[in-house]
Amino acid sequence: MSSRSATRNNALWFWLFTGPFVLGLLIFSYLPILWSLVLSFFEAQNTVTPSKFVGLRNYADMLTDANFVSSLGTFTVFALFIVPLTFVLSLALALLVNQVEIARAFFRSVFFLPTACSYVVASLIWKLSIFNGVRFGLANTVLGWFGADQIAWLSTVDPPWFWLPIVTVRLWLQLGFYLILFIAGLQRISPTLYEAAYVDGAKPGWQTFRFITWPQLRATSVAVLLLNLIAAYQAFDEFYNLLGNVNFARPPLVYLYGISLGSIQDLGRGSAGAMILAVVIIVLTLLQNKIFGFGKAND
Amino acid sequence: MTATGRTAGTPQPIGYGRSPLGRAGAVLRWIALLVATVLFVIPFYLVLRNALATEADITGVDWKFFPTELQWGNFGELFADENVPMARALYNSAVVGVLGTGGQLLLASMAGYGLARIPYKHAGKVFYAVMATLMIPAAVSFIPSFVVVSSLGWVSTLRGLIIPTLFSGFAAFLFRQYFLGFPREMEEAARVDGAGYFATFWRIVVPNSLPFFAAIAAITFIGNWNSFLWPLVIGQDPNSWTVQVALSTFVTAQTINIHQLFMAAAVSILPLVLIFAFLQRYLIQGVTQSGIKD
Repeated sequence: MSSRSATRNNALWFWLFTGPFVLGLLIFSYLPILWSLVLSFFEAQNTVTPSKFVGLRNYADMLTDANFVSSLGTFTVFALFIVPLTFVLSLALALLVNQVEIARAFFRSVFFLPTACSYVVASLIWKLSIFNGVRFGLANTVLGWFGADQIAWLSTVDPPWFWLPIVTVRLWLQLGFYLILFIAGLQRISPTLYEAAYVDGAKPGWQTFRFITWPQLRATSVAVLLLNLIAAYQAFDEFYNLLGNVNFARPPLVYLYGISLGSIQDLGRGSAGAMILAVVIIVLTLLQNKIFGFGKAND
Repeated sequence: MTATGRTAGTPQPIGYGRSPLGRAGAVLRWIALLVATVLFVIPFYLVLRNALATEADITGVDWKFFPTELQWGNFGELFADENVPMARALYNSAVVGVLGTGGQLLLASMAGYGLARIPYKHAGKVFYAVMATLMIPAAVSFIPSFVVVSSLGWVSTLRGLIIPTLFSGFAAFLFRQYFLGFPREMEEAARVDGAGYFATFWRIVVPNSLPFFAAIAAITFIGNWNSFLWPLVIGQDPNSWTVQVALSTFVTAQTINIHQLFMAAAVSILPLVLIFAFLQRYLIQGVTQSGIKD
């Protein structure tokens, strides 16, 4: 076999292996984005085909739409709550689990099991059983034991109690995932480092954590922060199921869902909103890459 | 090294976290762990309690930790109720879960192998094209994807639920990384015997990578089963609802009894608990790999 025909053969084999996948990406990833980009410059209400060219009007509409702008604010507040909390709590739990000598697998399983639960089911438990605004909700029952007043958790805006169920449901669902990442990171740290530190007189506890564990966990920490933030961008399920389409706490995806597939069915404006959101997310991701150096931390 | 009173030379088990508080620290650690355990288990307990209780037990003024009497009949009642398309929803979820996972594994593993192992001058560009799709979060592209699927006439069909979700750039990336680390000698032995890429892949690489496939399969299945936004967008007709969409619709509409709703939730969790029980090792391995090699 000449080398040229071997090369041609390889090209053929390459496309046999990757072709179906790449074709699917073209149809279900690239084409949608392009089509949506086109739609965003057109009037397209109740239809997926562009009808009248309106230039940048959809974009202007969205950027001046107080509801859309405030949905970006909701997302920001949510990320400010959820990212640090998830990081600190999953690291703390990982350290705890890693330190016990018995039943380690048991604790790991207990904390990881909620990962298998869906946001819909968790929201159902939170909404109907724990943070129900009436007496039979668990949270209000516990408050009652201490003689405190009942709270309508999901509809109280001042003070903003609704954040408590919103944040805790995600903590319950995703802590286990990050816990596993941290445990894996902890187990990759060589014991000789701790032995050397011990010989040098470092006190076990805070000192070894500060000077060995923490720096050694850098790659894991960066991964946890980024995955966490990306997951926060996608917030939809718990907001939709716990709060519905309310104007006081509506992340961008819930708002865009309402615009494009709810009662208005305006796919032109919805597409413009999706494009704006995509740009925001891409810019934020690139910024994080610059700040944290994700690629460098990896190897 | 003078501060410690330990005899020099005695090897001590040194964990990074030996608490300076000694015994008191250990007690505190255990208390913290047990409190966390209780908090993590309560939601599961509530699903079971509500699924097996009467409506009155759940909504009574006084909190009942245990139902007065376990109502096993709630299970049959759920499936007997004609207003609640639960059996249909479970069937849809099972089809979406199994076919979606199988298809995703097949497509992504083949693409990953091609990208990792077949020398082709444009392979780098194809790889970047795959990676670029990871930049757009799936959740942002639900409107564009709806537009395409809707013009194909796939709204409210199983095709619409499954096919667009098959092409996961992330899974292809994970497989590529994995195959890059697969021992080349094993493949070369097969190639010397005259096997082509196809035979090498199916007879050598796949059978020797089953733990990795199991890990990705477990994660993918759980993801498919729990997925909500896409099935909500596509499932406009109740016959095409998945379990998650059905549950969500009942919560917002409140047309269903609470105990029935929780029985439905319990039934929807069951397959995942089983997967969890059998594949936990692979699952954790997969999470570790997917998280760090991101």
